[in-house]
Amino acid sequence: MTTFPEFIQQNEDRDGVRFSWNVWPSSRLEATRMVVPVASLFTPLKERPDLPPIQYEPVLCSRATCRAVLNPLCQVDYRAKLWACNFCYQRNQFPSTYAGISEVNQPAELLPQFSTIEYVVQRGHQMPLNFLYVVDTCMEDEDLQALKESLQMSLSLLPPTALVGLITFGRMVQVHELGCEGISKSYVFRGTKDLSAKQLQEMLGLTKPTAAQAGRGQQQQQQPALPSNRFLQPVQKIDMNLTDLLGELQRDPWPVTQGKRSLRSLGVAMSIAVGLLECTFPNTGARIMTFIGGPATQGPGMVVGDELKTPIRSWHDIEKDNAKFMKKATKHYEALAGRAAANGHIIDIYACALDQTGLAEMKCCTNHTGGYMVMADSFNTSLFKQTFQRVFTKDVQGAFKMAFAGTLEIKTSREIKISGAIGPCVSLNAKGPSVSENEIGTGGTCQWKICGLDPNTTLAVYFEVVNQHNAPIPQGGRGAVQYVTQYQHSSGQRRIRVTTVARNWADAQTQIQNIAASFDQEAAAILMARLAVHRAESEEGPDVLRWLDRQLIRLFMFHLRRSPFLQVFNNSPDESSYYRHHFMRQDLTQSLIMIQPILYAYSFNGPPEPVLLDSSSILPDRILLMDTFFQILIYHGETVAQWRKAGYQDMPEYENFRHLLQAPVDDAQEILHTRFPMPRYIDTEHGGSQARFLLSKVNPSQTHNNMYAWGQESGAPILTDDVSLQVFMDHLKKLAVSSAA
Amino acid sequence: MNVNQQPHMASPYGQPQSGYQGYQQTGYGNQHVPGGYPTPYAPYNGPASTYQPGPPQGMRGPPTSGPPPVSGTQAYSQFGQGDTQNGPPPMAALQQRGPQPGYVGQYPGQQSYVAQPPAQAPAPAPKRLDPDSIPSPQASDIPPVQKTRHRIDPDAIPSPIQVIEDDKLNKGNEPFVTGVRGQVPPLVTTKFQVKDQGNASPRFIRCTAYNMPCTSDMAKQSQVPLAAVIKPLATLPLDENGPYIVDHGESGPIRCNRCKAYMCPYMQFIEGGRRFQCGFCSCVTEVPPHYFQHLDHTGKRVDCYDRPELSMGSYEFLATVDYCKNNKIPQPPAFIFLIDVSYNAVKNGMVAIVCQELKTLLDYLPRENPNVASNIRVGFVTYNKVLHFYNVKASLAQPQMMVVSDVADMFVPLLDGFLVNVAESRVVIESLLDQIPDMFADTRETETVFGPVIQAGLEALKAADCAGKLFVFHSSLPIAEAPGKLKNREDKKLVGTDKEKSLFQAQVSFYSNLAKECVAQGCCVDLFLFPNQYVDVATLGVVPTSTGGSIYKYTYFQGQADQERFLNDLRKDVQKQMGFDAVMRVRTSTGIRPTDFFGSFYMSNTTDVELAGLDCDKTVTVEFKHDDKLSEETGALMQCAVLYTSCSGQRRLRVHNMAVNCCTQLADLYRNCETDTIINYFAKYAYRGVLNNPTKNVRDSLINQCAQILACYRKNCASPSSAGQLILPECMKLLPVYLNCVLKSDILHPGADISLDDRAYLRQLVSAMDVAESHAFFYPRLLPVHKLNVEGNALPVAVRDSEERLSKGGVYLLETGLNLFLWVGANAQQELLQNIFGAPAFSQIDPNMTSLPILDNPYSKRLREIIESFRAQRSRYMKLMVVKQEDKLELIFKHFLVEDKNNSGGASYVDFLCHMHKEIRQLLS
Repeated sequence: MTTFPEFIQQNEDRDGVRFSWNVWPSSRLEATRMVVPVASLFTPLKERPDLPPIQYEPVLCSRATCRAVLNPLCQVDYRAKLWACNFCYQRNQFPSTYAGISEVNQPAELLPQFSTIEYVVQRGHQMPLNFLYVVDTCMEDEDLQALKESLQMSLSLLPPTALVGLITFGRMVQVHELGCEGISKSYVFRGTKDLSAKQLQEMLGLTKPTAAQAGRGQQQQQQPALPSNRFLQPVQKIDMNLTDLLGELQRDPWPVTQGKRSLRSLGVAMSIAVGLLECTFPNTGARIMTFIGGPATQGPGMVVGDELKTPIRSWHDIEKDNAKFMKKATKHYEALAGRAAANGHIIDIYACALDQTGLAEMKCCTNHTGGYMVMADSFNTSLFKQTFQRVFTKDVQGAFKMAFAGTLEIKTSREIKISGAIGPCVSLNAKGPSVSENEIGTGGTCQWKICGLDPNTTLAVYFEVVNQHNAPIPQGGRGAVQYVTQYQHSSGQRRIRVTTVARNWADAQTQIQNIAASFDQEAAAILMARLAVHRAESEEGPDVLRWLDRQLIRLFMFHLRRSPFLQVFNNSPDESSYYRHHFMRQDLTQSLIMIQPILYAYSFNGPPEPVLLDSSSILPDRILLMDTFFQILIYHGETVAQWRKAGYQDMPEYENFRHLLQAPVDDAQEILHTRFPMPRYIDTEHGGSQARFLLSKVNPSQTHNNMYAWGQESGAPILTDDVSLQVFMDHLKKLAVSSAA
Repeated sequence: MNVNQQPHMASPYGQPQSGYQGYQQTGYGNQHVPGGYPTPYAPYNGPASTYQPGPPQGMRGPPTSGPPPVSGTQAYSQFGQGDTQNGPPPMAALQQRGPQPGYVGQYPGQQSYVAQPPAQAPAPAPKRLDPDSIPSPQASDIPPVQKTRHRIDPDAIPSPIQVIEDDKLNKGNEPFVTGVRGQVPPLVTTKFQVKDQGNASPRFIRCTAYNMPCTSDMAKQSQVPLAAVIKPLATLPLDENGPYIVDHGESGPIRCNRCKAYMCPYMQFIEGGRRFQCGFCSCVTEVPPHYFQHLDHTGKRVDCYDRPELSMGSYEFLATVDYCKNNKIPQPPAFIFLIDVSYNAVKNGMVAIVCQELKTLLDYLPRENPNVASNIRVGFVTYNKVLHFYNVKASLAQPQMMVVSDVADMFVPLLDGFLVNVAESRVVIESLLDQIPDMFADTRETETVFGPVIQAGLEALKAADCAGKLFVFHSSLPIAEAPGKLKNREDKKLVGTDKEKSLFQAQVSFYSNLAKECVAQGCCVDLFLFPNQYVDVATLGVVPTSTGGSIYKYTYFQGQADQERFLNDLRKDVQKQMGFDAVMRVRTSTGIRPTDFFGSFYMSNTTDVELAGLDCDKTVTVEFKHDDKLSEETGALMQCAVLYTSCSGQRRLRVHNMAVNCCTQLADLYRNCETDTIINYFAKYAYRGVLNNPTKNVRDSLINQCAQILACYRKNCASPSSAGQLILPECMKLLPVYLNCVLKSDILHPGADISLDDRAYLRQLVSAMDVAESHAFFYPRLLPVHKLNVEGNALPVAVRDSEERLSKGGVYLLETGLNLFLWVGANAQQELLQNIFGAPAFSQIDPNMTSLPILDNPYSKRLREIIESFRAQRSRYMKLMVVKQEDKLELIFKHFLVEDKNNSGGASYVDFLCHMHKEIRQLLS
């Protein structure tokens, strides 16, 4: 048998699943004693270029409450052409197409290496992809120009049959009719008035066929064209038109007087976008891409008034219940997110502004629909431009890496139930026998909607062992979990990916070592962190910290405690929302980086090496490369910086110095190329203002309080009141032995 | 009968129409129409419904001039009774203008009247008629056979034509100099030149009386209305100078400290010129140092004749910033064109015609200096159930259309690029105007909104912070769900009942509130209607009539046939000089004060007339009442000041001053009245009255007031004579005939064939008419063009509006101010027809022609010149209709022969005069 680490790695590579425990305690009582619940990080669309698409539909268990998919764990009677469901033990007849089945002629889904398998549903016509751009026009010309260029560029990245639409907003909201010759048309809405989907439908004239369409009715019957309307048209048809339209976009012309913010009808614009897709393409993959240059300042969903003298809410205001627009706005966006999610539509938010834009209120739009949240200072930064371009990344087959309108259904063995999921999903409220009463995250269901998926999208799924202590599981029994992910592939096909995994049961009293050895520390940490962040989102901050401290105490949690996911000090509500958004959807590796940044040191003393995330690692003759997921930071130590300033790198005799300088840059580029969203790239040096990003992350083993006590030579003191890991650990030890804990 | 129905009539004339046949027959035969009438406002399937004769009134037929043509006899034979009641022999006799048999004998006094010279001049010549013989209109259902015994010679009663011609002769030759107080100006029908020497030209102000009674008792006794009809921005003939512009510098115009009257010739300078005493309120005000000037030995300022405000009746001041809204120099005004693009509007061709015309018309926006481009900016909106705004900014490659569907809560979707300078955005505008007809060519939208359309224009002006005018081209009743939505409430059964007034009232209060907002912004609304069914003009017209706008109505509009009239109206309307965001205030001498105002405007208090727009045709009638005594020495002064923004965006004050005499003798009053102006006042008074009173009450009170005026004269001024004599004051001798015309107008005495919309339309139209227009409207001009002298410039003498006066061999041109008819007698000479129509015979004249063929003969040229000159005189383009004698169209024509009895029961001149006499006698006894 391979070692657990290998097993875990193999499992992750094949199925995109990582469990906190890889051997499960066999009773509820024992499981609760384990503190860390049985849970999994599941990446539904884990990239598997080797996976052959299966061109038929999955075979389902005939029991109405089960409907599990035939999988390698099923018992098969080849003679009787029967298979037994491994979840409900129902015996099922194979369909007639499986008549030729035998031990030597097995369908793929029965082969053990296909524990993850992808079916391509043939029935139904192909659905078009919809991309609805929602563009803020209240921004500086320079920003707008950059944004326009990015948008124009994106048109060339879309498949020619994809439908695109354009909504612009400022003081008013304009829904642009595309494909008009000679005159550009748009429907204009007041930015202060929310409209129901029905009203919107009437106002856009979508209720009845227009005269032109009615006239062409006969033709349409002959050749069923792609469904489209005046507002969403195939890229290939209106490419030029839309490019021109974008080119002509002007800043919102309404005057903004001194001391005022632009009136920005973001709430209504999003509402219209959601409504438009809702009534034209329900349950069809669609992306609403919202580009905003500032906060909503009027109408439903406004997060701040237009008076510049009243600043946008801070955490302080929120805690003091002093953010008067927050509740109402959040409610507005939550309702929108719910509507979009119900129809399988994704909402992306690309917010580029120096101040906050209200992401804290709007977070549910992206978090519930699997949309992206991108935050940058300006549309004219490479951070935005590259990130936006990366949205349209394609795989080797030339298909988008994004998937649409997905649903995840989880089936479990009888001994285990589903408590809930945490990630970019919403509940579909599908009750079933496998649903636990104990809710963790989004619970009470065995089905979730994930409107937007990409290969990194990862859900944390929490289980509960329900087997009673007095009903032991036979030796060698295994618990199984099946993940069924249905989604719309970017080619328009409907696909179903089925992942079936099983883990051994073990009696905690007798086989505790086994269970302990199967513990996946990383997965557990992330799973707990997700839970913590989820609670932080919904509960008061300090309580979460206290809860966390009670739960698990390891190095990891020290950083998690200090991370922006839980700490709101020094972060705006928007930033917190932004960080949490990404933490809640990234896979394990990325999540780990987010919590505990990676620090590499480059020096003349040897090859680059990972070093402790500690202030003691900051040395004058080192170059440090820190990756916090959101930032890539290159820090030149004091001496290195002086050398660089003196220009040694340009002298031929110091070529090695030039190489040294170049090495972290090259490494950084590599990360920059692959990561979504593109991290902020920071090049700084000792004493540089940007060095604060590094200093805030490292363990403050040396501070202004203790620097003279500690070794003088190494490291850099950090000016902070935060306790260092050492102090933290000491305190923990005390707590651990005290009876009060 | 309304002119606006004629477009509808025009097309199907060629088709046989049973309705007309029946009508003609009843008209002559005076019979019930056999069978029912098609319901009014049935779906439009021909014009039959509109001209249905009214329910038979059971009266005798009007004295027709022509006997039924030979061919007609067969037609009549269908109706046996017709022959017995209306025997042709007496008619034939009438035609020869022979005195009625038995008349002389019945009226012994008549000879004495004829013989009596106007010895009492200037007192009016008394006219005596036998009271016993006067049939009242109520008595008109006495069988005609009996009545013919009492006939009065129409030639013996006061003739409007005679009065008009006399006035032309007496006053038309020398200029009318305004320097003398209390002079009665020439009639509006007389061509004359005005020299402003201290009082406003009668083109600006006409008064009902130029010698006002000194006391309110006298005024009450006489019942003569004291009113002035003011047309502040009237266009003057080329040979008269417009008002001079006076700039009093930064401190603004010099005014009386107390009553705030503006400097004018009535201010008396005292104390060597250091102070002046106000002629209106007698308050003494310091003369500002910069305005000081020495006085000459007569007490006049030395610079009197250098300063228009000291020597002229009319002039303009440049207003300072204090006179501007929000103390801000106004922006140049804007014109916004709002075009209905619903199915009907597209189908009848209106959209295409408007768009095509605007392309050229936009070059002729009003401007003050013809060498400088107009400052006025333009904007475009189209609409049906939703509104489409257009961005036509010069920098755009193509226009942008912005649809606003949220009509419940109107807003303007764009700021920049909606209102543009024509010259700068010409390419984009033309592209837009080219595209609009195409874009909506296939529309199926039949529902329209109206309230939001005006709101949109208003909001746009608000956003641009300027005044302006909306041109709304609208086709149908706004039934789409939106503010100001209306329902079809047309109910002809209400006509003649106490509820009739509701038909003139607005259906909803929405529009009056909207009008208020428009006025506050200086947003004038002109409405062009193209209905083919009921559109509720009474309600739609609220905003235009409250904002100084106009309503134009083209019922059953058809592109080809009607575009000439519409386009001419549109051109005139767009090009005419106007002022924006105006406020008018009339100040008077102590003793009288303005108490009532009539016209298209809004008043938020009792003194200020607010006009969002004021064009050169708009007239305000002001009524005065005594609140104290006037003195004979000073007379009564009035000053009308209009503060407005000119089309170039300049804020100005136009001041008109008028001084009239005051009298203590009633005879002086009666000697200096102006009947045309009195009628203008009466008509406006009555037409407003129908909003709140049953029509019959309004008519009765008019008759009553008129009778009192005449009775008062008879009692106090006329030389004693037999009680049976009807004696009329010289300058009011046409009062009965004109009043009759008012009484039998479509508003006060509707026929069954006039639609409610037309009545509402005419009612609103008359409320802003000046005296010249109201005169022609009530007593149309009828020219015998067969007597045309092609050599000179003179027009033939008009004839009286009676069928008796028409000669079968003649051709007549009738002008109502809204319409032109060319009536062709059945026996007209061939040469005449050839000259006019190029047609060899009467039967070959095409009755559908809308303009005369251009023929190269002096007669044709002259006739067309006359028609053109008539059209030029009127604010609205008059469509020409050719009416052949005995043709079905003749009925419309006959409606304008106002001295005759009309078929809806309106009395003839003679009958009404008799009735009047009876009323007077009752008052006297």
